[in-house]
Amino acid sequence: MIVGALLLLSLFVFPMWKITLKAPQYPEPIGMEIWINKIADHNENDLKNINLMNHYVGMKPIPEKIPEFRYFPGIVIGATVLGLIAGFIGNRKFYMVWLIIVAILGILGMYDFYLWEYDYGHNLDPTAAIKIPGQGYQPPLIGSKDILNFTAVSTPMIGTYLLMGGMLLAVLAFFRARGE
Amino acid sequence: MLFVLSAMLIVLIPGCNSTEKGGALSGDIAERVYVAPGELDEFYAFISGGYSGQLSIYGLPSGRLFRVVPVFSVDAEKAYGFNEETKPMLETSFGTIPWDDAHHPDLSQTDGVVDGRWCFINANNTPRIARVSLSTFETEEIIEIPNSAGNHSSSFVTENTEYVVAGTRFSVPYPQRDMPIDEYKGNFKGAVTFIKVDDEGHMNIEFQIMMPGFNYDLAHPGRGASHGWMFFSTYNTEEASSLLEVNASQNDKDFIAAINWKKAEEYMAAGKFTEVETDYRHNVWDESTQMTTSNQVKTVRILDPAELPGLVYFLPTPKSPHGCDVDPSGEYIIGSGKLAASITAHSFSKMLEAIEGEKFDGDAYGIPIINYDDVVAGSVEQAGLGPLHTEFDGKGYGYTTFFISSEVVKWEIGTWEVIDRAPTYYSVGHLMIPGGNSREPFGKYVVAMNKITKDRYLPTGPELTHSAQLYDISGDKMELLLDFPTIGEPHYAAGAPADLIMPNSMKFYRLEDNNHPYSIKSDAEARVERDGSEVHIYMSTIRSHFTPDNIEGIMVGDKVYFHITNLEQDYDVPHGVSMIGANTSELLIMPGQTETFVWEPKRVGVWPFYCTDFCSALHQEMQGYVRVSPEGSSVPLSWSLDGEKMGGE
Repeated sequence: MIVGALLLLSLFVFPMWKITLKAPQYPEPIGMEIWINKIADHNENDLKNINLMNHYVGMKPIPEKIPEFRYFPGIVIGATVLGLIAGFIGNRKFYMVWLIIVAILGILGMYDFYLWEYDYGHNLDPTAAIKIPGQGYQPPLIGSKDILNFTAVSTPMIGTYLLMGGMLLAVLAFFRARGE
Repeated sequence: MLFVLSAMLIVLIPGCNSTEKGGALSGDIAERVYVAPGELDEFYAFISGGYSGQLSIYGLPSGRLFRVVPVFSVDAEKAYGFNEETKPMLETSFGTIPWDDAHHPDLSQTDGVVDGRWCFINANNTPRIARVSLSTFETEEIIEIPNSAGNHSSSFVTENTEYVVAGTRFSVPYPQRDMPIDEYKGNFKGAVTFIKVDDEGHMNIEFQIMMPGFNYDLAHPGRGASHGWMFFSTYNTEEASSLLEVNASQNDKDFIAAINWKKAEEYMAAGKFTEVETDYRHNVWDESTQMTTSNQVKTVRILDPAELPGLVYFLPTPKSPHGCDVDPSGEYIIGSGKLAASITAHSFSKMLEAIEGEKFDGDAYGIPIINYDDVVAGSVEQAGLGPLHTEFDGKGYGYTTFFISSEVVKWEIGTWEVIDRAPTYYSVGHLMIPGGNSREPFGKYVVAMNKITKDRYLPTGPELTHSAQLYDISGDKMELLLDFPTIGEPHYAAGAPADLIMPNSMKFYRLEDNNHPYSIKSDAEARVERDGSEVHIYMSTIRSHFTPDNIEGIMVGDKVYFHITNLEQDYDVPHGVSMIGANTSELLIMPGQTETFVWEPKRVGVWPFYCTDFCSALHQEMQGYVRVSPEGSSVPLSWSLDGEKMGGE
């Protein structure tokens, strides 16, 4: 349980998610990585180049800071502390409560991610150079989607996998504690 | 009747093609040079442009041309010699020279192996050596060679790129002076220059050896045991100044000059040189400031071989030798007497023994001449007519071009037996095996460079392309694979595996490392400044606009500097710019780079400028206007920035 809770902290070390864009002109895809506290280049200068592409269709530049980056790290640390407390107390009910909390937080995080994507894909500058009626630019939440000349691929990264690993360990702890 | 005729034609036509044209047309051969779309070539070939003054870069085995690097000639396409950043690169002690004759590209080496850092190339007419970076693929440095004329036995590098050498083809009065030409003998000298190359590639003339007044034609360094020596072929040991085709062809043997440059270093350290006044230019491009500076140098240090024993020896070599090539082991020095039918191989170890035993046959201007029989190792007899140049495959064979008999001849080192011969189309000059003048050749292909093509390509009026021909040399027999046209006159070439060069090829200049004095790092810094009649425009480009794109307050009589920074940081996104009526070339600016052109507006009006490189979907929208008012006008200087008008008062 304690290890499971500590795995949440890996979100500070590894990115959670990435969106890559591949096109004939970009045989080596350009991409962005989403961390718990920042949005980063997948390869050097990628964000700059994604913004350059996006401005043609009127998408807003990807911000360096969003409000979420202020409170997400606190939430993760809080969840870790809760998990540690649950682990030290060793009560399996607490394990389950913690699991449910983390799962809800995860779902809320994904929903928040979806809202951002929706905003980027739909809230377009009316003076954009390229306007294609009916064309949406919202990237996929997970999986692949063709947007004009680009194929956008959205996939979890190691941070998310470690988070899920942590939750899995909590589930194991829950069942082992029942056996005792 | 018609049937019979057409049957005859069918029989005759293929027969004619396959016998006369070498038959390099079978499907099997086509596959061996076919690099499918999206696939990459196996080797880079750096082929000199001769009188184009440039260096062209091809892929092998496809023969596809990738890029022409401007070196000694201006290139309006790339603004080389036109923008303020590269103009100083073509400065010489004679002033700005827009052209030269580029001859012998040679690649830097470490431990005698091609290392993929730089390509050096010589200017023959106004003696200079250039260094081209194999990361930026730009000319980064040019050094002028004083006391030299017809810089031909150049720009060959030693085994660890300690030196690049430059030998004069024409001997000239030393010191230069007003004197009768027919007093050539003894008064004219041939300077051989050793240019030190430091770890960053920067060149400096370390010393010159003032040789007798012969013509110094080609050179190659020793390697392995002979490392520390440099060998130069000579002709016109007759010291004729007129009608050389006859007067310089009288001696049965001319010389290969063996120069012990390690000994020269000792003499330099011992102060045995004379420092003399001279005047030459040393032009260096700085990657950080992206500017070239041209420095004047006023002295050079001279070594006199007549006074310095052990510095130079002459090896008699038949018939005005051209090529002077050293085999991968460093033991054999191959002299190709261009008026001979055979190739002469000297032995380095025999040479050392002969020097030890003082087996000399007199001297020339105080330089010992070694007995021919005491230095020669063998010769490839009746190999062909007019041998010129030899490279090696690293498997024990030499490949020599024969200009007069238009062929490449493969022979075995040691037995001096001819193994194979292959025709060239036509009149082959030099040839190239990637790494073929190093300790470790990549002996898969040889490229032969031909002077005459006549019926080989679709005709283009009186002036025809020169050509290169690719042969597979991996088997016993040479096989002609491909014929491809070249730029200018390719005199010589160097090659290296793609794996060695590709990883170092730069993708773009980093904006944060751009210390150009007029660079800007963002649109927000864009501005226009006036200093008297000089106007400096700090402009940026990024897909798909210029900032600023509207400028007012320029007057007739102004000198307007457009300093343009390409803010892109993406691979393969250059922007260009050109201004109507500007008496210069376009600029073609790589991502992260700043370049400058000068415009002196002559007419009142509103004049457009635009991006010349199809950079993006909205390239055609990438344009701007400059308003030009009469001299002395009160229109204030202003410029557009993000839709706002800046300046103005």
